[in-house]
Amino acid sequence: MADQALDGAASRPLLSLRNVNMTFGGVKALKNVSFEVLPGEVHCLAGENGSGKSTLIKVITGVYRPEAGAVIDYDGQSYSHMSPVTAQAGGIQVIWQDLALFPEMTVAENIAFQTVIARWPRLVNYAEMRRVATNALQRLGVTLDVDLALHHFPIAQRQIVAIARALVGQAKLVFMDEPTASLTQSETDYLLDIVRNLSASGVAVVFVSHRLAEVLEISSRVTVLRDGALVGVYPTKGLTQSRITELMTGKTFGYSALHRDLGTSPVMLEVKGLSRPGEFQDVSLTVRRGETLGITGLLGAGRTELALTLFGMRKPKSGSVVLDGNPVRFGSNRDAIAAGVAYLSEDRLSLGLIQPQAIADNMVVASLDKILSRGFISSDRKRSLVNRWIRDLGVKIGKQDDAISTLSGGNQQRVAIAKWLATDPKLLILDAPTVGVDVGARAGIFDIVSKLADSGLAIILISDEVPEVYFNADRVLHMAQGRIVGEYAPCATTLQAIEEAVYA
Amino acid sequence: MRRFVRSHATELALLAVIAVICVFLSFATDRFFTLGNAFDLLNTSSVNIIFAVGLLVVLIAGGIDISFAVAASVVQYLTATVLGWVGGGNWIVGLIIAGALGVALGCINAFLIHGFRIISIVATISTFNIFFGLLMFFTGGVSIYNLPDWLTTRVVLFEREMADGTWAEITLPVLIMAICVFATWALITRTTTGRQLYAFGDNPEGARRFGINIGAMQFIAFGWLGMMAGIAGLVQGHYAQEVVPNALYGRELDVLAAAVLGGARLGGGKGSVLGCILGVLLVSITQNGLNLMGVSPFAFKMIVGAIILAAITLSNTSIERLLPFLKSRRVPS
Repeated sequence: MADQALDGAASRPLLSLRNVNMTFGGVKALKNVSFEVLPGEVHCLAGENGSGKSTLIKVITGVYRPEAGAVIDYDGQSYSHMSPVTAQAGGIQVIWQDLALFPEMTVAENIAFQTVIARWPRLVNYAEMRRVATNALQRLGVTLDVDLALHHFPIAQRQIVAIARALVGQAKLVFMDEPTASLTQSETDYLLDIVRNLSASGVAVVFVSHRLAEVLEISSRVTVLRDGALVGVYPTKGLTQSRITELMTGKTFGYSALHRDLGTSPVMLEVKGLSRPGEFQDVSLTVRRGETLGITGLLGAGRTELALTLFGMRKPKSGSVVLDGNPVRFGSNRDAIAAGVAYLSEDRLSLGLIQPQAIADNMVVASLDKILSRGFISSDRKRSLVNRWIRDLGVKIGKQDDAISTLSGGNQQRVAIAKWLATDPKLLILDAPTVGVDVGARAGIFDIVSKLADSGLAIILISDEVPEVYFNADRVLHMAQGRIVGEYAPCATTLQAIEEAVYA
Repeated sequence: MRRFVRSHATELALLAVIAVICVFLSFATDRFFTLGNAFDLLNTSSVNIIFAVGLLVVLIAGGIDISFAVAASVVQYLTATVLGWVGGGNWIVGLIIAGALGVALGCINAFLIHGFRIISIVATISTFNIFFGLLMFFTGGVSIYNLPDWLTTRVVLFEREMADGTWAEITLPVLIMAICVFATWALITRTTTGRQLYAFGDNPEGARRFGINIGAMQFIAFGWLGMMAGIAGLVQGHYAQEVVPNALYGRELDVLAAAVLGGARLGGGKGSVLGCILGVLLVSITQNGLNLMGVSPFAFKMIVGAIILAAITLSNTSIERLLPFLKSRRVPS
């Protein structure tokens, strides 16, 4: 009997949208979109940046009001539009990408914020707050010290706090916007388990992620949007990553391992026995001109530390580095830049680009000496340098003087690459260049990487996504616990073999 | 225990520094380690502690205030004048008048910051100049000595004759300070309003999404500091037995340094009443010790500056690096 009741509930959608249209300044952001979520299912919303995913979420949560004619059926009620209050009262919760947490406050305060703290002036009921927080965490099957300030916890656990907070609001439908973007593999697995628990307890989860492997693993159905229009709704069973990519971009990408003959190409970088205690030991590697060397491994394997050392920001304890035939020992990254090393940082948002500044200013910031005229910055030289890179890398921008923050993730990454190419590097180190960049734009970035390699640059490509290095590097090194534990030639190895070694 | 150490790292570091200084001074001077001197320290630190806990509330809410010390001077002057008009009065009336005037001045800052979206340091540097300029202009720099009797009479709450015949005394400013400290502690740790102030300072956008009234936060924070500044102004007038227009000029930076030393973060979301008190005490103990050791007053500022630097460095260094055993488990539960 219980089964029957469950079946009856499951067949009727919790949320059903029809005829949703949104226009911003003449641009159709959503074109006649429909969307449906069943109670307790994990549903993935897929689409490239600008495809309308966040607009759709904002319509459902009541931030935006769709054009007339839209029908929103939620939990047995019909609406022409939602308001933030009705959405929240109805149990629709969003976990924003930036989490909106309070790092200096305790876990309990963060979780019970809405129910205990965001109220009219009164004494704080600490006992109730702890009880609410502990209950919410228990529902997720997690134990945390609720009296400890949140900043003591790693990002994965803060994510869990954000989820627990959504549960306090009696959530029936939870939206997760890129929840795994900053998590390691094991943290991601942990989070996916939590999502499964949530779904098993009857809460529907709409999952937005650029990592298609996760999408396939966690969701039961996928809704794909492209350019503001619905492409279709697909059961996850039977889908592959390349099929989703195709649906999202409308293009077919032929993936294959690289076959470049570099046997006679001169060696650009030779590293022997490089060590930094506690970070990496006895690393030896070579990169030839025109070669892309992939380095993969789990987060914390010492990849970024190695890259920062090659870039002169950390000093090795022992070992030698020879760049283009000359032994080098960098005192700082200024020396490294002067010697022809460029490093595209892992954290583009906070370290790689200066967000509020203009696109043009960001592009020339590492190569100001090249645009000087009698000691001052020449705006003509700056403009021509910037135009050249915008053209060569196919960056889509409005004006050179627009702020970087107005660009999409993929275009920001192109600007970041251009910034370093403007320094005329011999060795380009790309550290996780596609974090936060969607599938279509990734392909564009790797096209650029491939062209740069063909032009004679030596490239080191670091990523924790094995397919990324497999399809874009000539050789792949596997790093684990600070050591290089394996070397593979993608054209002679299967992707599975490397993945098994890395994730083992 | 581990949790206590982790969440009170700054306070513990400060306590350690204070303990070291106290031990040193106890051996270096005869007079430091006596009840009389300890009580003196409390009596003289009271005004700064009242200022500091008021400023703490603004710092927690993510603001900063440069104007509160001259605002206190303005309040002193106005209160003395108003008391002159009404004739007589008493401590309760005096504190209410001073507190209310202080709240009014604090609300001017909040209005500028919230209403015109001026960042707090700029807004309060402006009001600092305006308050001080108006005060000097209208008073012509003339002090008031003619204060009501109740205000200039020392009120001793507790006294004990020491073996050497001196008296160790706790006076009224200490009681007023204790009340202000308790009220601030209760506000920021026990009420929803106080926790909202923390949240607002910690992540303004996050607080906004939860529907926290941002304007109310500014008025509460600056109003509270104004009230504390007004009260501190009256207490300072009582302590000095006179009202001198520029007596508190420059005090804002000493108090700010002490509050930050006590772990309040410029930028908001962090700070405790205990840390604040310890910050003020560290500075006054150092000054007191230097005094007793007969060091030239000209060297005071230099040495106090060096001690503040040393203490800040110590408390900024992650406590987990100093005491590695704390790091052993990532998630204590």
